[in-house]
Amino acid sequence: MSGVLVVLEQHEGTWNRMSFEALAAGQQLAESLGIPCSAAVIGKSVAALGSELATKKLDTVIDVEHELLGEYTSDGYVIALEQLVRQESPAYVVFPHTYQVRDFAPALATRFRRVLISDVVAIKAEGGSSPVFVRQLLQGKLNADYRQTADAPTFVSIQAGTFRADSVAEGTAPIKAMTPAIEASQIRNKPGERFRESASTVDLTAAPVIVSVGRGIGEAENIPIIEELAAALGAELAASRPICDNGWLPMERQVGSSGQTVAPKLYLAVGISGAIQHLVGMKGSKAVIAINKDENAPIFEVADFGVVGDLFEIVPALTKAVLAAKG
Amino acid sequence: MKILVAIKQVPERDAQIHIAADGKWIDEDDLAYTINEPDAYALEEALQLKEKNGGEVVALCAGPERVTSTLRDALAKGADRAIHIEADDLAERDTLGIAELLAAAVKAESPDLILTGLQSDDLGLGQTGVVLAELLGIPHATIIMQVEKTDTGLRVKRELEDGWFQHVDMPLPALLTIQSGGNKLRYATLMGIKKAKTKETSTVAADAVTSTALELARIYLPEKQKQTTMITGTPDQIAAQLVEKLKFEVRVI
Repeated sequence: MSGVLVVLEQHEGTWNRMSFEALAAGQQLAESLGIPCSAAVIGKSVAALGSELATKKLDTVIDVEHELLGEYTSDGYVIALEQLVRQESPAYVVFPHTYQVRDFAPALATRFRRVLISDVVAIKAEGGSSPVFVRQLLQGKLNADYRQTADAPTFVSIQAGTFRADSVAEGTAPIKAMTPAIEASQIRNKPGERFRESASTVDLTAAPVIVSVGRGIGEAENIPIIEELAAALGAELAASRPICDNGWLPMERQVGSSGQTVAPKLYLAVGISGAIQHLVGMKGSKAVIAINKDENAPIFEVADFGVVGDLFEIVPALTKAVLAAKG
Repeated sequence: MKILVAIKQVPERDAQIHIAADGKWIDEDDLAYTINEPDAYALEEALQLKEKNGGEVVALCAGPERVTSTLRDALAKGADRAIHIEADDLAERDTLGIAELLAAAVKAESPDLILTGLQSDDLGLGQTGVVLAELLGIPHATIIMQVEKTDTGLRVKRELEDGWFQHVDMPLPALLTIQSGGNKLRYATLMGIKKAKTKETSTVAADAVTSTALELARIYLPEKQKQTTMITGTPDQIAAQLVEKLKFEVRVI
């Protein structure tokens, strides 16, 4: 085939929301290189999802089905996808950068003596030369251009929000089924039911104003100055992962790839540097104000208003000014 | 249980980063280094498993001479031994190359369990653990919050997306990549620091780089996604300007 093969993700018949962003990436990569794009869905009884994919502009849709693929296991997925990639010989294999892909795709790439180019935030591709895949380094402080120097296949995973799901080109595509050879004895891990710790009582997704705190706060004793600002603004209080890891605020107040995805009218980020895992959770915010002592913090790349300075001086002054303005 | 913890030394989070003259990596002169934070959680999990189940914790780190300070920290916190894979050319190796270095050292130890952080704070590829498990032919599980020894192997708690979790039962030997937040990190005690000086650190030389699949062609400052208005002045002046923006532009007051 030598084209692009996008492997989409579903769970019990429902697409992972990042699947179609990866599909958009695959279509655009194929278009710029002048090669065909196909897509695969993997699981048990996925024909309905395959039919949905067949309404997109694709060369082929492949339903990769097996009884043993009903529940996700890294062993099952690596075995099935190794067979798919060997059968189809794509030049590029594109995945959404989900937790599941992070679990199996590096092992899959290793079977081909390749390295997954993970968490890609941009692709620079033109016909003729090998494409450049952009990733972030050092918690978002730097960008890096990666290029595969080995022969095909190239394995890539696409970060959330990089491509727009609504830009997927429509069309019609033939569907074919593939049944990989998998034995139950090859699957070593036994996954249990999915569960949630407790019903979350904090719904940050609906909050119009969010004040969010990060590592810059230093210690738990300092959290009240952020609480006071949030109270003054009538805002929900949120945090980046390290704050919740330390137990300074409950996990349900976490914004980011492992927490909630928010889109408030205002996101006020205090002492948050802005690693990509945090940015993917808040970059849909309409307005962003960032207060941070490091002028090079990546949060300033997505901020409308930025303040470089000591949060311990600025936050109390701001709380006072907000209260005065509200009179 | 013999537990091997693969740790990485990375630049400190607050370190001022400068791009090296060749534009391919950061300038490493005068940089302060520390243990990769997710790996610190992996070490903590290993130490707690040893406290519950007995056995030995061995810290493993590849890199130049400077990484021995991170290995010493691991010993001070309670690791029993350390292995330093001496390599001055990590930047020239891709993930597969690094995992091969680690795999060679791991094979010689044949541990029951290998732990590592889920990703590094510098490259952030999040793959070394999974690739290492694949090279060793052992099962793995990623983004793990809790580990429990069972009669047949392990029962782990995996973090899934959007607040979901899942328990996974798996046989040993196995490899786990550890998520932050499952445990509280411990500090090294004075006694621990003293004891660390008497603990064994073995050094193995890295094989030469053979082939690589990936090239890091260039690093650079990210382009701004938004036009940011920077607000300056005294704290009171900044607060007054922010309130103006909140009233008339963002319209939340």
